[in-house]
Formats: sequence, C-alpha cells, structure tokens
Amino acid sequence: MIEIDLEKEGVRGVNSRLHSLPKDTNERHWLVKNPMGQHAIACGLDAPITVEIAGHAGFYCGGMNKQAEVIVHGHAGPGVAENMMSGIVRVDGNASQSAGATGNGGLLVIKGDAASRCGISMKGIDIVVGGSVGHMSAFMAQRGHLVVLGDAGEALGDSIYEARLYVRGKVTSLGADCIEKQMTEHHLAKLARFLDQAEIKANPHDFRRYGSARKLYNFNIDHADAY
Amino acid sequence: MCGIVGLYLKNPKLQPKLGELFKPMLIEMTSRGPDSAGVAIYRNPAKKGFTKFSLAHDDAKFGWKKLSTALKTATKKQVSVQQIGNHAIITTNAKEEAVTAWLREHHKDVRIVGSGQAIEIFKETGLPEKVYEKFDLAKAKGSHIIGHTRMATESAVTTAGSHPFATGADLCLVHNGSLSNHNRLRENLKREGLEFQTENDTEVAAAYMTWKLRQGSSLKQTLEDGIKDLDGFYTFCVGTHDGFAVVRDPIACKHAVLAETDDWVAMATEFRAIAHLPGADKAKIWEPAPQTIYNWGGH
Repeated sequence: MIEIDLEKEGVRGVNSRLHSLPKDTNERHWLVKNPMGQHAIACGLDAPITVEIAGHAGFYCGGMNKQAEVIVHGHAGPGVAENMMSGIVRVDGNASQSAGATGNGGLLVIKGDAASRCGISMKGIDIVVGGSVGHMSAFMAQRGHLVVLGDAGEALGDSIYEARLYVRGKVTSLGADCIEKQMTEHHLAKLARFLDQAEIKANPHDFRRYGSARKLYNFNIDHADAY
Repeated sequence: MCGIVGLYLKNPKLQPKLGELFKPMLIEMTSRGPDSAGVAIYRNPAKKGFTKFSLAHDDAKFGWKKLSTALKTATKKQVSVQQIGNHAIITTNAKEEAVTAWLREHHKDVRIVGSGQAIEIFKETGLPEKVYEKFDLAKAKGSHIIGHTRMATESAVTTAGSHPFATGADLCLVHNGSLSNHNRLRENLKREGLEFQTENDTEVAAAYMTWKLRQGSSLKQTLEDGIKDLDGFYTFCVGTHDGFAVVRDPIACKHAVLAETDDWVAMATEFRAIAHLPGADKAKIWEPAPQTIYNWGGH
C-alpha cells in the first residue's frame, strides 16, 4: 500500500498523483493520510485502483469516480460520490446531504446514516445505506437503486422517474408520484445482490419497494389549471 | 456563504485552552467568510448582581476609562472596565436598563454588542485571523465559544453588520444563510419597541428571539416559534449561558455538521473546521436534521 500525506501534499497534489496513474498500473492500493475534512479528495479517478482515506472527508469525496474503489474510514461530507460513473465508494461512518447525487453508475455504500437528498437526481447509480436517509431522498431519481436499511425522511422519491427504492424501516412520507409497488421474485433477487455487494447482511423480504406512478411523465391537459 | 463554528467543552479540564482550540476552527472558515469575523465567548462569569457589557467603538483610541468613570458617577454603582482592541468589557452592578439608557444619551457612538453574566462578544471587519489576534482570543479561557466568518450578501460589510448578534442576556446568534421576510418582520418588531442598528437580516432574527424571550418563552419554545416565523435559508448556532443550540430551516440546505466526543461538542459549516480538535478523528459525526433543535448545556 502506498501512503500519501494529504497535509503535506495538499488535495491537488494527492489527486494529480492518482490521476496520473495509467490504467494498467501496478500501484493499485493507496492510503490517503490526514484528510482533515478537506474537499474533493479522490475526485475524478479513472483507474482500477483502491484508495483508502484514513479519516473524515469533506465535500464531494470520490466524485465523478470511474473504476476505482474509494473507501472513507470516517464521515463523508456533502455530495459524496456525486456524479459517479462506475466503481465503488464506501463510507464507514455517516454521510452529509446529497450523497450519490446525479450518479450515473457504480455502487455507493454508506454504513451509517445519510442526510437529506440522498440519491437526488440519480441516473443509474446503486446506493445502499446501512442507516436512515433524510428528507427528499431520491428526488427526481431517474435510474438506479436506493436501498435503505433504516428509515426514510419526508417526501421520499418526489417526482421520481424509473429508479427503484427499497426501504426496510419507516417512510415518513412519499413524495409526489412515488408509490409503493409489489415486490416480485425478480426484485428480491436484485435486492439480495445489492446487499451482497455492499457486504451488508439483511433479509430482502423485510423491505418494501417504492417507485414511480408515472403520472407526472407527460403534460396532462386535465391538470392545466394547476400549472 | 459565511461560516459558523461553535465549541462547547464538556470536560472542564480543557477550559484553559478554549481560545487555542477554537482558533483553527474559525480560521479554517476564512474561505467562507473573509469580510469580517466575530466570536462570542463565555468566560469569567460576573458576580451575582453584576452584568458584563460588551461595548464597541470605531475609534481604537476611544476613552473607555473616562466613560467608565462617568458611568460610575451617574449610576453611583461599581463599574470596572477592561479594554480589548476597540471593544471594552464593562462590569457593573448598575441596572441593565439604566446603563443602556445612559449610554444612549451620552455615547451614541458606542455600540452595545452584548450583555450578560458570562458572554463577551468581539466582532470586526477583516480576515478572521486578524480579528482573532486583535482581541487576543488565542489565550482566552472559558467554557464555550461560537464564531462567525462573514461573506456579506444581504447588507454592507461593517463591524455593526458582523455576527454574532446579541439576543438577550447571555444569548447570541450566528447565522449562515439569508432570510427572505426580514424587512416585514423588522417593521413588526419595531412596533413592538425593538431597535435596530443595521439593515442586516440576522439582526432581525436576533431581535425576534430577544422579543420572544422577553415575553417569557423558553429558548426551546423561541427556536420552535422561529422555525414558523422566520422564512428563508438558515443554519443558526445560538450561544446560551451554559451551552449552545443549533437549528436549521425545514429545507436544510445550508451546510452544518455536528461532532461530539466525551470532551467536547462542536458544530461547523464544514467538518474541516472541526478536524483540528483533539480526538476529532474518533468523534461521532452527523449532519443535524432540519427543524430539529439540538442543544447542549442547560435551558
């Protein structure tokens, strides 16, 4: 494992070293020491490497990730793994708001709680949260999956498109056009796979599934007065 | 923008190091607020029957000793003064209303920035590091402290427009965000007899809380009512006599993070401000939920 001291090299120094790695690099395992809550750590990676962050990260950690596995041994600030394309981002602690925002692909695992707007505008990312998520999670979620082992706050899945939401605990309220849907064998199998990938033990049968009622997709002339 | 930070020491053994521990917290938030900075520190509680006034004057050479002698003569009470930068802490057993009235009549240019048993407020335009140095805060001892680094959006960059804003005896407020109904609310509060020094939106929130507390509301009730009556984006950190409280608006998009260990509780706009504290690596860290009042200490 190659160690880099963020306090000495700065965020730019750390990120440029990781960005300069060729895709067939042998230097595949990195440890970023002294992250001190700095922003944009391990952003924009594009190589099959593992980057462990030995502490708490600030905003946008692991954002725009491709291929890499980023592990935060602590708390992650707002927008962790935002716009991730592929790869894995794991957070040992809690995450602040907008975790996995606009993510296109890959897997985001948060062992603790995620705050508000988790998975906002997600476009294909899979998110597994070991704890609870805050209000407005999966707002305008287009594609991908949000799995929550705890509870979900107000207005879950407001204006949702085709993302699928699985919640084991209580849902405070569902947002506009988000409804509970039937859990089929197909969904149970997929959910089991996400839990497995996230290395979280839970019984898929304990979850409820939510998704789009598809009533907000098109302009409805009967609702013209409401616009 | 703006950065807000607060530190409450659970372990009294750390109290001699309060100013030293808080310094990197405030300075780390410079990029969020380079215009001005302010802190409210709770230290050296006055004896029973005495009140500490934090006063400020634009002229660094202002004659505080002369003011204190004149105040003593006028009130026939004990008055002591300690000058710190262009601020002064006046401690007296005269009635609070009498002191305020006397200052208004004789020294209109002196600003009363706070009052109470333990609170001392210092605020000034300029980089947070310079402000911290100016008031010699690195050596400060005390139980808790809250601070603000300001990037002005709603009103001018002036010392009077800097946070914290006093909200009553030993209470003060720092704010990250902007209120949208402050003009209407200011007019309503003026009718209730409250006075304003600036056009600042946070001063309105502070005055609102002062008004509620004067009517006999508890701090918790005041903050709960504030959630209903204050419209806009905000994360507030409120300093109290023996602790602090944190509250966010229902949308909660203005950043905030809380961290707690056995020794301290800290809040900040960004975690990097807290990262400097001893034991921060092992702290319990979470984002405060919207419309929820978190408080430490009494009240």
